[in-house]
Amino acid sequence: MPWSITLAGSSHHFADLRTLLAKATPYRSGDSLAGLAAGSAEERVAAQFVLADLPLAHFLEDLLIPYEDDEVTRLIVDRHDARAFHPLSPMSVGQFRDWLLDYETDHLALAAVAPGLTPEMVAAVSKIMANQDLILVASKCQVVTRFRNTIGLPGRLSVRLQPNHPTDDFKGIAASMLDGLLMGCGDAVIGINPATDQVSTTCSLLHLMDELIHRYEIPTQSCVLAHVTTQLRAMEQGAPVDLVFQSIAGSQAANKSFGIDLALLREARDAALSLKRGTMGDHVMYFETGQGSALSANAHHGIDQQTMEARAYAVAREFQPLLVNTVVGFIGPEYLYDGKQITRAGLEDHFCGKLLGLPMGCDVCYTNHAEADQDDMDNLLTLLGVAGCNYIMGVPGADDIMLGYQSTSFHDAHYLRQVLQKRPAPEFESWLETHGITDSRGRLRENPRALADAAQTLGLLAP
Amino acid sequence: MSDLPAHPLRKWTSARVALGRAGGSLPHRELLDFRLSHARARDAVHQPFDPAMLALELESHGRPILLAPSQALDRPTYLQRPDLGRQLSPEANERLIARRTADGFDFVVILADGLSASAAHLQGPPLLAALLPLLDKWNLAPLVIAPFARVALQDEIGHALGARAALILLGERPGLGSPDSLGAYLVHDPRPGNSDAQRNCVSNIRPAGLPPAAAAHRISWLLLESRRLGFSGVDLKDSSEMRPITG
Repeated sequence: MPWSITLAGSSHHFADLRTLLAKATPYRSGDSLAGLAAGSAEERVAAQFVLADLPLAHFLEDLLIPYEDDEVTRLIVDRHDARAFHPLSPMSVGQFRDWLLDYETDHLALAAVAPGLTPEMVAAVSKIMANQDLILVASKCQVVTRFRNTIGLPGRLSVRLQPNHPTDDFKGIAASMLDGLLMGCGDAVIGINPATDQVSTTCSLLHLMDELIHRYEIPTQSCVLAHVTTQLRAMEQGAPVDLVFQSIAGSQAANKSFGIDLALLREARDAALSLKRGTMGDHVMYFETGQGSALSANAHHGIDQQTMEARAYAVAREFQPLLVNTVVGFIGPEYLYDGKQITRAGLEDHFCGKLLGLPMGCDVCYTNHAEADQDDMDNLLTLLGVAGCNYIMGVPGADDIMLGYQSTSFHDAHYLRQVLQKRPAPEFESWLETHGITDSRGRLRENPRALADAAQTLGLLAP
Repeated sequence: MSDLPAHPLRKWTSARVALGRAGGSLPHRELLDFRLSHARARDAVHQPFDPAMLALELESHGRPILLAPSQALDRPTYLQRPDLGRQLSPEANERLIARRTADGFDFVVILADGLSASAAHLQGPPLLAALLPLLDKWNLAPLVIAPFARVALQDEIGHALGARAALILLGERPGLGSPDSLGAYLVHDPRPGNSDAQRNCVSNIRPAGLPPAAAAHRISWLLLESRRLGFSGVDLKDSSEMRPITG
């Protein structure tokens, strides 16, 4: 269905919904690379005007990828909750934006409509929203998940401890883990990206973390971010898998390029559930996403990268994850060129995920060939803290020596907790206080009693 | 650049552990140390590539040298348009086709700035000095210097010259601790449309990583093996450490 609009004498024409969504998207290099971006600044705003008047219900009829061609589309359509959508059904995209910002629209109202929202509706409304709108509405959402602790409560900020090492050296990883715990990080998960995707390495790393968590009774969970098939193999071999990780994307073809489909994710979730390792809840999945991944796999179906990203959240939602984070600046400047584009994308992803009911975190990050630096990360980190982001990454000194990019550090997490009066997950907070790592005001203490023998236990005292 | 005594945890990893704190934030030395590393990485990304200087350095090998830029004309375009970095400029394409010979070449070596010009400038000449003597029995095409190249430009260059194999050496994405690391990609039967699964890679070539002599050994092993087998890529497993070069 084509649309036309005349603004101040010049007319603009949009051939179909994909085109309209793409041209309404705030500028980013990836859409330009894909040949989808608006041709002028005015055309972009014209598309936003047209989009604002589009009925939300239109997205239920006009599918971006045909139902029969794509299992992510089938998931979106089949899981749509018409009853939850009903109160929104008379609204246009623009009216929906205004409703989201209404004083009376609180976290309960947002949670009630979430099952009635599709990724395309959420992506569409985000495109006409200002950064402050994305922050305000996301800050109203509450998505709380549990495994061995409680993540996402109001006033809380959790941290994934990311102790990667370029050769998966156990002592190197252990040193980073210990450092992070002593800086009050690790309540979202202790999650290692292995340098090599091998079952044996995965099992050994899982045992290393499991022993540490049990010896010191740390109320958290572990994860090795190997391919899902590697983690399934590890579970078959009896490895202590808390969370199953996988990178996901917004089309069947893009997921295929990751070597996965929905059935495989279902199998992995069932396997993890059967281990019954969660003490407080059974959210056993951990997903990562990022704008541009579908395009880089040439599996974007002519759809803009932000809409494709929102579609990935439909995949995540199906499996009731403990954690979902966009790795927003990792993909490089071909997709998000500079600090401005990374910031906008991070806010969009967090907003879209939260609105769809996901426990969103963000890997606030960049690569050295992007036009960004640590000040840009400070800005996005602070904005996401205000927006109520569930968790961020904690990498030693913000420098991931395995993946070769810069993220956020243990110190950054502590900064954010300080400046916004945010506290760790409650169970983890008690553990930090009981063991003398933090005091009752959340301040880090000198020479904590906790983990005093951990360096020895982990073999870090030997010459 | 910290001159404080090393914390015991630092013995086990090059990760930035045990940095201390000012309140809960980074002490100023660590803040500046990080900035220095990032500044070096940024300078490496944006350092201008100097093909003429490189050609001068490589003259001593006594081989003809050709310049073959991609269709990305400047660095911002190069960074945002990977597709243009994979295509030869029309003039370069014609220049290479003009150098074809009746017998064809065994292989072509391409040196490119990629994401780190300083990697090409610092590691390129010593690597070639170590590599070319290992391949002296081969019918080598002229050396090619290719500004703003992505890896797959090796397909267009090799195809235009009529080479049976192509090796591209280009600057890798600079890490915070490794701003000048060179990567080598080999493809058998270069032609447009080859996939990355058909390439073999030797990465992290720099004195503190894989030193030039060791890299040259591995690259020449891969070149010989791919010629023997008639293919390159994921099915060609690098066992250069187990099997000596036999010629």
